[in-house]
Amino acid sequence: MSKIATRDAYGKALVKLGEENQNVVVLDADLSKSTKTVDFSKAFPERFFNMGIAEQNLMGAAAGLAAGGKIPFASTFAMFAAGRAFEIIRNSACYPKLNVKVCATHAGITVGEDGASHQSVEDVAIMRSIPNMTVIVPADGVETEKVIFEIAKYYGPVYVRLGRSAVPTLFDESYEFQIGKGVTLKEGQDVTIVACGIMVAEAMTASEMLKEEGISARVINMSTIKPIDKEILIKAAKETGAIVTAEEHNIIGGLGSAVAEVLMEEALVPLKRVGVNDTFGESGTPADLVKKYGLTANDIVNAAKEVIKKK
Amino acid sequence: MRDHNELKKVARNVRRNILKMIHESKSGHPGGSLSSVEILTALYFDEMNVDAQSPKKEDRDRFVLSKGHAAPVLYGVLAEKGYFPKEELMKLRKIDSMLQGHPDMKGTPGVEMSTGSLGQGLSAACGMAMASKLDNAPWRVYALLGDGEIQEGIIWEACMSAAHYKLDNLVAFLDYNGLQIDGKNEDVMNIGPVADKFKAFGWNVIEIDGHDYDQIFAALDSARESVGKPTMIIAKTVKGKGVSFMEDVAGWHGTAPSDEDLKKALDELGGEDNE
Repeated sequence: MSKIATRDAYGKALVKLGEENQNVVVLDADLSKSTKTVDFSKAFPERFFNMGIAEQNLMGAAAGLAAGGKIPFASTFAMFAAGRAFEIIRNSACYPKLNVKVCATHAGITVGEDGASHQSVEDVAIMRSIPNMTVIVPADGVETEKVIFEIAKYYGPVYVRLGRSAVPTLFDESYEFQIGKGVTLKEGQDVTIVACGIMVAEAMTASEMLKEEGISARVINMSTIKPIDKEILIKAAKETGAIVTAEEHNIIGGLGSAVAEVLMEEALVPLKRVGVNDTFGESGTPADLVKKYGLTANDIVNAAKEVIKKK
Repeated sequence: MRDHNELKKVARNVRRNILKMIHESKSGHPGGSLSSVEILTALYFDEMNVDAQSPKKEDRDRFVLSKGHAAPVLYGVLAEKGYFPKEELMKLRKIDSMLQGHPDMKGTPGVEMSTGSLGQGLSAACGMAMASKLDNAPWRVYALLGDGEIQEGIIWEACMSAAHYKLDNLVAFLDYNGLQIDGKNEDVMNIGPVADKFKAFGWNVIEIDGHDYDQIFAALDSARESVGKPTMIIAKTVKGKGVSFMEDVAGWHGTAPSDEDLKKALDELGGEDNE
């Protein structure tokens, strides 16, 4: 299976989008080689703005560019986009519903060796709580490119969460992404695994492992965390009776919480959240980190078995 | 319009309306609204290419009230220009009103940027100036900053970027009245030497009396001559200007006048209600 990091797919998609749409501009905060906006900067230097190591002004200027009719893609690491610049995103982009696309890379603990200071496990929770904001976590390179083109067509602020490490390519060109729509990747009757980002590949593996034990697990790629696809969740809850969520994020406030909110109000079934268990990460290789922090297919399998017992 | 008598009449109306709307809503910021009346009237009645009948016309100049708490002066000036009926002013800060406590670009005709959280307006103004330059468009961007506001770090990020990207289509005023909520700037957090700081950040800096129309217009004319540098007009002003008992008193930063205060203030300002 081929592998590509979603940030790499983002960099390539931006260049394609920039060719198509002259209004697309890109801003970065001295991380263009890491966020991969460097490709766009080379292709369209006049439409690329390096704002220096100043994330607050990066987001404020993006809002101003949007007010001036441009479609700004503002990139930096998730920690500094959603963290440091939260309030500018809230007040200058979301409150006036300006057309700002915040594309944040290096999200989650698979940033790896940089350690906890750079491992954002809160960004989805923060961005999800802002009115007018749309939050998307693509699962692979193919989906990332489709997301970038879709959000350019949609008018309004969007937060896209991208990763540093290469992830397996799950989809081919026939894959269809729609904002606000979950996609059932695998049918199943006993339990549903709802995943996003790097955990979608793990969920697919987990589903195979469960099959060997006679458990039929449905897998849903919930790339849009907000607005969340209630319909697909309610259907899954009713048909499989148990749900596991899987995300590379704190179990508080992210996909797991968003799913729990829907289930509590619409279709109560047992739920188990797989994610970072309300703790900071540490330095290490991504492979070691996902093992230590419980973000593997194995952890999803265990959660699935537990939640089935509660049915 | 550079007829000073006419401008002074507009300014007096705006001051009267600032006081009346804040009195009516029983909340708002009179001090820093009154200190920037001459700056805003000069911008909207002479300098800027704007049309109240066509608030979204493409090549309009943009104004960003970075010190968003001075919303009453902006609303007063927009109403004088005819962006919306003056009766709206008396709904300031009330439920279902288009006039929010701090400017809301979605709800109010003529408001170009939602502001209120200090420092963010200048960043947005930079982005707008960048957009205008990208399109080789003629429209210019104006911003008004508070002096206390420049204590925010984002202001200096924005200043650095405006100079870096040579935004000579950007003109910011600093409403330098010397006071913020807790007292004098120099006691709360010294901001000086202000002119040196902006010069060091690569701006074209002009220092004026912010209540003198001749000086305001001279500064704006000179800003148009600036090549490759954004302009900061440091306007020395008096907080609460025009109302004797409010002048230079920090306590009037965010306090509404009582019935008695209002009557006294309106008597001092002179003029009639429906001018």
